[in-house]
Amino acid sequence: MNTQSLSQPVSTSLPSVEDHRKMHVVVVGHVDHGKSTFVGRLLHDTDSLPNGKMEQVRKNCATEGMEFEYAFLLDALIEEQEQNITIDTTRIFFRTKQRAYAIIDAPGHKEFLKNMVTGAASASAALLLIDAKEGVMDQSRRHAFLLSLLGVKQLVVLVNKMDLVDHSESTYQKIVVEYSAFLKTLGLNAVHFIPIAAKHGENVVDRSAKMAWWKGPTVTEALDNFDHEDDLTGLPLRLPVSDIYRFDHRRIIAGRVEAGAIRPGDELIFQPGGRRSTVRTFEDWPGPESRSVVGTGGSASVTLSEQIFVERGQVAAHPSNQPRVGREFRARIFWLGKEPLVPNKSYRLRLLTQNVEAVIAKIEKITDASTLESRDGSSVPRDSICEVIVRATRNIAFDLHNECPITGRFALEEGGRIHGGGIILDAIAKTSAPSGKVTASERNARAGHPPAVIWFTGLSGSGKSTIAEAVERRLFDAARNVIRVDGDDLRVSLNRDLGFSAADRAESVRRASAVAGLFAGTGHITLVTLIAPLAADRAKARAALANHAFIEVFVDAPLDVCESRDVKGLYAKARRGEIAEFTGISSPYEAPESPEVHIKTDKVTTEEAVDLVLGAIDKVLQGKGDDWEV
Amino acid sequence: MSRNAQNDHLTRLEQTSIHVFREAFANFRSVCMPWSMGKDSNVLIWLARKAFCGKIPFPLLHIDTTYEFPEMYEFREKAKVIHGIDLIVRVNEDAIRRGIGYSTHDPVTVTHELKTVPFKAAIDEFKWDALVTGIRRDEDPTRAKERWFSPRSAEGNWDYKDQPPEFWGQFASTAPEGGHVRVQPLLEWTELDIWEYIRRENIPNPTLYFARNGKRFRSLGCHPITHPVDSPASNIDEVIEELKLTKTSERAGRAQDHVGRNSMQELRAKGFM
Repeated sequence: MNTQSLSQPVSTSLPSVEDHRKMHVVVVGHVDHGKSTFVGRLLHDTDSLPNGKMEQVRKNCATEGMEFEYAFLLDALIEEQEQNITIDTTRIFFRTKQRAYAIIDAPGHKEFLKNMVTGAASASAALLLIDAKEGVMDQSRRHAFLLSLLGVKQLVVLVNKMDLVDHSESTYQKIVVEYSAFLKTLGLNAVHFIPIAAKHGENVVDRSAKMAWWKGPTVTEALDNFDHEDDLTGLPLRLPVSDIYRFDHRRIIAGRVEAGAIRPGDELIFQPGGRRSTVRTFEDWPGPESRSVVGTGGSASVTLSEQIFVERGQVAAHPSNQPRVGREFRARIFWLGKEPLVPNKSYRLRLLTQNVEAVIAKIEKITDASTLESRDGSSVPRDSICEVIVRATRNIAFDLHNECPITGRFALEEGGRIHGGGIILDAIAKTSAPSGKVTASERNARAGHPPAVIWFTGLSGSGKSTIAEAVERRLFDAARNVIRVDGDDLRVSLNRDLGFSAADRAESVRRASAVAGLFAGTGHITLVTLIAPLAADRAKARAALANHAFIEVFVDAPLDVCESRDVKGLYAKARRGEIAEFTGISSPYEAPESPEVHIKTDKVTTEEAVDLVLGAIDKVLQGKGDDWEV
Repeated sequence: MSRNAQNDHLTRLEQTSIHVFREAFANFRSVCMPWSMGKDSNVLIWLARKAFCGKIPFPLLHIDTTYEFPEMYEFREKAKVIHGIDLIVRVNEDAIRRGIGYSTHDPVTVTHELKTVPFKAAIDEFKWDALVTGIRRDEDPTRAKERWFSPRSAEGNWDYKDQPPEFWGQFASTAPEGGHVRVQPLLEWTELDIWEYIRRENIPNPTLYFARNGKRFRSLGCHPITHPVDSPASNIDEVIEELKLTKTSERAGRAQDHVGRNSMQELRAKGFM
């Protein structure tokens, strides 16, 4: 007899249990169809009760003048657990000779749907009780519907209270026929329908002598035959990117294989985005050897052969079997939020590591949780199930739930808290091929990054072009769309009609910002190098480019340093009076007061300056954890 | 054991913990891992190194009550080097000056003053929004309802009655205003799992866990209130064999748990890990 409290896992005290991983089971069914009695009997017959519990409950019954019932055992245990402060779902533990089990949530708990979701979403199997005498009732159907929604596939139906129908095989068969047909409409299939009489322990652990016609398993035999969880290794590879690590020279794509398996040498495609590369190595610590394959559930640390743009949220797959990519799908959702779910309000859609803004474009139907009848409605109240069209603000990678459950389900979040979840029923193909104007987000999706304007200002000879060219090289090599707009080039082309008067300088800044805006509008990271000596002109440029990320880089070198460099011989000319209104000599330079990046070129190397600029680009274009280092 | 055996129980636990670590690091601005130097803590370090390919990319925090066993301080310095740990150590000097100690005060007060108070002060100082803990569901009944990611208010309180739903690997990704999220990668491990994993991976641990003269420590805390249990288990194999048979609870040697019926709840409601 196990002497531990049942609120403790039994594994440490059960050397004989072969498989000491606890299997999570939910017990559901219509009210009064015998769930509590069944669980009480199961605990008793598997010898999983704490010492003295049975005697204590019997004694209490005698004192109160009540007949003993197995259901009281469960009540007593739950009461005991609820004296602890932490109850929101109850877990009851039992074991068979094969392994340990946890029953998630006590039957009949108040916040049924929420607990069912939190508990049953991780359950490997479900037991659903139907009263042989009453037959299939509302909740018998409702609970199966929830199981199908939560993806619990291993189901055993227990036809209970067989003692009340004289252990009649024909009554049993009638329920099997009726309920099987219903399950079929949900896409569910019960592994067994077991006739039991929980009150008397018939076919729970021990075979019933009164139902010799039953040749199938007892409840515990059926449980022991279940798989621990669905093995998704046979499905196509789905490796959502959790993060990109650059703690040392390595660039490691980190993620958990959610379906399928991955090996070094595999070609991968990252969706959305569609960039491809090949798995070079797994970087397993402590080494020296790394795994030769990472299967479903395994965490992978992957280096790639090519330096392609990868970010958190993308899903790596084999090119021959990719997830769908799109923004719109039809889903069945359960909603737990205190506020109703409403169309056209912005929610965060979380699907694996993807986290995007989304709206409910349309509520197709709201399903009454008890009758399963559907109705129309403009908002979905708490604890309801509904079918909706979800529209994300940008493309996501996903599968249909019936193709790959793990990439076919998602959560909806608002204010940092998960309020609902759902499964994807259909992808909604866009009604027509993309038409009309090419949008900024389409450009970004193709480039793999948003645009930005990096504006280098500083004296002639301060090093603007040198740094900008090096930045351009690094970005270009990292496959970013990048272009440089050089003030000197403009001066001999677009601006050749302009001189150096204040008005002409203002016009030259305006033209440069217009050109930069055009390039940024096509998705380029645009590097502008222009002296732009006056703060007011630069402020106008910034305002004109307000649609794009804008980084002002002040390339700051003392005048004497610039003059001593005098690469183009301009300072000498200015000193000789051959160039009028030369910035720094005969025309003012107003240093930026709060540039995004301030580079003192007489203090740092070009390499360091480039890193500063790239760091700022990083920060502006991507948040933490994304792969923007180049 | 083969590293390719991915379907065994310990590997499943390990891989899930790694996933939890990675999700925490990707989701939160500033992560810290309190380190007790005990076995669960040391398993966490190992898992973090696996998660981040050798390097732990956030600091560890040791709240030093000044009542650690001398061997623990030696172990701390050794482990710091082995794992390349960025370690922050904090002591509640003020409480010590006020004479708070086990010879004069009850264990709940001392634990609160020397652990919880400096711990909260460190959170205020460094503004961490995620703390990685070694909590396991099997440790204590009050821990059975923990979540992988468990939001705590600015006061460190745990709203256990209204926890967010947690399903399909989607965790609470935002800390409450001014508060933080406890990240609990060992939630589904048992004490036996911990030891079997330590053996499999050969993870450094203090030798206080192994019997000398018929007694060993099963759980380590402040030396005045941590008592060894009777045990002949003088090496890791023997500890594992013992655990498979034992019926006493892991924290039986931890006095602060047994002062009152609800002492653990009291400590936890005040922000104890």
